[in-house]
Amino acid sequence: MLEKVHSKRPLQLLLGMAIGFCFGFLLQKGGVTRYDVIMGQLLLQDWTVVKVILTAILTGMIGIYLLSIPGLARLHTWSGSFGSTVIGGLIFGIGFAILGYCPGTLAGAAGQGSLNALIGGVPGMVIGAGIYAAIYPKLVDRVLKLGEFDKETIPQMLGVTPWPVIALVTLVILVILGILELTGA
Amino acid sequence: MKQKSYLKRPNRGQCVVAVLCLMFILQMVAGISVAQAATGDDTGQPTETSVSETGIWAMKRWSPYWVGIGIGILSWIAFVLSDKPIGVSTAYAQTSGMIEKVLQGPQVETKAYYREYVPEISWTWMLVVGLVAGAFVSAMTSGDFRLQWVPPLWESKFGYSPVLRWAAAFSGGVVLGVGARWADGCTSGHGISGTLQLIVSSWIAAICFFVGGVVIAHIIY
Repeated sequence: MLEKVHSKRPLQLLLGMAIGFCFGFLLQKGGVTRYDVIMGQLLLQDWTVVKVILTAILTGMIGIYLLSIPGLARLHTWSGSFGSTVIGGLIFGIGFAILGYCPGTLAGAAGQGSLNALIGGVPGMVIGAGIYAAIYPKLVDRVLKLGEFDKETIPQMLGVTPWPVIALVTLVILVILGILELTGA
Repeated sequence: MKQKSYLKRPNRGQCVVAVLCLMFILQMVAGISVAQAATGDDTGQPTETSVSETGIWAMKRWSPYWVGIGIGILSWIAFVLSDKPIGVSTAYAQTSGMIEKVLQGPQVETKAYYREYVPEISWTWMLVVGLVAGAFVSAMTSGDFRLQWVPPLWESKFGYSPVLRWAAAFSGGVVLGVGARWADGCTSGHGISGTLQLIVSSWIAAICFFVGGVVIAHIIY
């Protein structure tokens, strides 16, 4: 469905920008483009980031899977491996705490006038991505394929339809958010 | 990201359960945010502006639950209208590829990595341009825009040290850039778009992002 819309490149670039605009607007309104809020989360003192992410996952998950029933949305899943996902994820975490922003909130922080993001973090990230492109040929066979995951999604891994998993994830997220509210975090 | 698509058709009963769940969640979130609006203690910020006086656009902070729902709905829009999951970090790799192209010429495109992630103005690249603009407009309309070198939390620990903060932001950015591409996604691509599709590697990546971040944050502070 909507393939005609998907294939129009200028329209898609405009849509990408419009979606990005709303994304940046929401991140800034949520306060998660602030260094203090992100570090507060990593120091386990301010739970704003977790509240935003878990609510987004919940809303997105239920919507996307429902929209996929009539074929309005198509899932885009990908594989991973220990060498890529775990090692890369931990390197990401180290940079995340030193910088105090993640790639998306870094761009948002630049937009709200945080100069340490605009002049420090953004060029750093561009250079980091360039370094990765340079070392990629050495990593691709030796590290990235280490311990590949044999299934792409949790339902495939468990051999069930997505719906019981969605119900369980919904329950877990609601319990976590409920605990955060009750403890006043 | 290398993607495959798959589609499973659930039966009618499962759809009904899913719709009921969604309605319940919206109900609950609405209840929480009303309660928070009444007490005004959600973000620890003084709530001197009330909704009725200045409108929601002038508010500095929205409830994290409304922001999360907004981002979730935005992901529906991205999937339906653009057939794409929201992601950010690819744009940094494309930027670095485009800069290399200017410096070293078009043979940069033959590099193994840039054959997979072509350095060009893409949907994701435009998304990041929009992201900067959206944050700017949000900050301007609420009076939250300020040119700031050193964040308050950093200042409370390390004093007003713009050079030291710049060095940390820059080197942290380099490490983050390597890590985001190594893990094949960031807090948006894995942490939101991947997890909401129930992708195994995304849940593992999101946990690793936070574990690494929490450990280093506690070492720094």
